[in-house]
Amino acid sequence: MAATAGAGMAREPNLLMRIASRPTALIGLIIVTIVIVLSVLAPLIAPYAPGQIAVRFRLQGPSLAHLMGTDELGRDVFSRVLHSGRTSLGVGFAVVIFASLIGVTLGLVAGFFRRFDAPVSRLIDAMMAFPDILLAIALVAALGPSATNVVIALGIVYAPRLARVVRASTLVIRELPYVEAARALGVPTPVILVRHVLRNVTSPLLVQATFIFANAILAEAGLSFLGVGISPDIPTWGTMISVGRQFLDQAPWIMWFPGSAIILTVLSLQLLGDGLRDFLDPRLAKDV
Amino acid sequence: MSPVEAPLLSVEGLSKRFLARNGRVVHAVSDVSFSVRKGTTVGLVGESGSGKTTAGRTVLRLIEPSGGKAVFDGVDLFSLSEREMKAYRKRLQIIFQDPFSSLNPRMRIDAILGEALDAARFPRGSARKDRVAELLSIVGLSPDHARRFPHEFSGGQRQRIGIARALAVEPDFIVADEPVSALDVSVQAQVLNLMGDLQKRFNLSMLFIAHDLSVVEYLCDDVVVMYLGRVMERGPSRKVYAASRHPYTRALLATAPIPDPTRRRERVPLQGDIPSPLDPPSGCVFRTRCPMAIPACADIVPPVAHLGGDHHVACIRHAELA
Ligand SMILES: Nc1ncnc2c1ncn2[C@@H]1O[C@H](COP(=O)(O)OP(=O)(O)OP(=O)(O)O)[C@@H](O)[C@H]1O
Ligand code: SF4
Ligand SMILES: [Mg+2]
Repeated sequence: MAATAGAGMAREPNLLMRIASRPTALIGLIIVTIVIVLSVLAPLIAPYAPGQIAVRFRLQGPSLAHLMGTDELGRDVFSRVLHSGRTSLGVGFAVVIFASLIGVTLGLVAGFFRRFDAPVSRLIDAMMAFPDILLAIALVAALGPSATNVVIALGIVYAPRLARVVRASTLVIRELPYVEAARALGVPTPVILVRHVLRNVTSPLLVQATFIFANAILAEAGLSFLGVGISPDIPTWGTMISVGRQFLDQAPWIMWFPGSAIILTVLSLQLLGDGLRDFLDPRLAKDV
Repeated sequence: MSPVEAPLLSVEGLSKRFLARNGRVVHAVSDVSFSVRKGTTVGLVGESGSGKTTAGRTVLRLIEPSGGKAVFDGVDLFSLSEREMKAYRKRLQIIFQDPFSSLNPRMRIDAILGEALDAARFPRGSARKDRVAELLSIVGLSPDHARRFPHEFSGGQRQRIGIARALAVEPDFIVADEPVSALDVSVQAQVLNLMGDLQKRFNLSMLFIAHDLSVVEYLCDDVVVMYLGRVMERGPSRKVYAASRHPYTRALLATAPIPDPTRRRERVPLQGDIPSPLDPPSGCVFRTRCPMAIPACADIVPPVAHLGGDHHVACIRHAELA
């Protein structure tokens, strides 16, 4: 069993080319890339400043002047969707990084050191017993609503998933002869953990990170929508929907477009994640 | 100048028990003793599950022993702390059975060998590149292979890389755990020849693990035959091959003795499976499959008889096999 795990992890020299051979994963990758590029380049692409108020043109439907219409203050929805993307993706990305820091550390420790396995695994299970969004709400409520605290809360919420994936892979890798060879050479344990274990869990980690990225974007929007997330003054797709909701009857486009942006981004991230997972050893991905 | 030099490694009464999941105890290795003289190769032979790998890994302290001693160069390795053991690590190396999982798939060959060179405090820089090339050529590979990944190699080539890694630290002692049994038959002989050559060239001392005696015969000065965690017979290869005094060894040699006055020898393959090490038979562990077993075999673990010339056997009926 160990032997096939080693061999399975060996065959992935060129991930990009392998993704390209899968139509759905490729579509996911292309859309995700476009969304990221548009968001990053928002200041260059957006026809208006995101905060530029023009009360005269408030609540106008989509037109050539305002591709996605205007909101209750006459701000250009298209420009705001682009700028919001920066915050939403930024929050998602920050959540992935923060969750990875916690999750990878916990997973490596639990998987590699037998005596830490039981306590850490119990902690992971306990955290996963809470519904994600409830735990996030509780944490944000405790920390206070700010972008940073939303990142911290969601990072804590998603860290256990990463920890589980890393732990499962670490348990397998720990027993492989190449780890034993390193021990026989007297390689220090922290070096073994990074060089031999962590490097060989990057693939399942990448898959899981993709899903967490998608979930974090969705969860941030959910928190904002519920009014416990990022302040409505900061444009994110979530805050746009939250504010736009009040004008749903008169100007549904204020909600539609950020909503569509979320759906598009999340779906394409899921496609990408599914595609990535298929390339990997199914046993390593089973916890995903 | 004493005629009898102390062995490089002397294993005495080695035991290793594992705790199985349900709380039961696996007696993987029980009371195993043997020694390895400098510059010689000792074959450790037995069927699958007989505890060979466990014995080898325990001696190197890759897993912790449950009991016994392993005196290496005058020091009992089992008495050392993890820290003290560090100093001995690079003197004792291991070559693995599975050529696929013994190399980190994410590391290039020069990095894999580089890790061993780091362990040996070999300086970084241009000398290192030469050393990597030298190691590769020692095991019959080309220096151009240094920048490749393990998946670009065949099983035999990977096994050569594993050998190069073990040699990189210039060890005094190597455990070779069935280094050819996972390879294609056509490649086995090549790798065996390589190991034989390297053993002579570097005057290596080796514990060579195998599951059949034929592989060992060509390479080994001494043989230890294990069954269900215990040593059945050990001694110089010549004696064990030509004048085995244990029914199990004889069965492995595919010629079992028939207790009959004409002393005709006949091929009697071993019947049945090895009993579970969770619940080994009382007395002689081999008795459930032994063609010579008698009721007395169930009573005591056969004492080890010293037959002279370092030939030892654990069988109460060994005299009848003389
Ligand atoms: N970590 C472990 N935990 C529990 N039992 C173990 C462990 N490692 C080995 N064993 C058991 O110890 C016994 C001896 O195993 P070992 O691998 O040493 O045998 P082996 O002679 O090397 O066999 P093979 O020829 O198959 O490699 C087996 O019954 C095995 O199941
Ligand atoms: S002691 Fe008895 S069972 Fe064991 S090998 Fe000798 S004859 Fe066979
Ligand atoms: Mg073995």
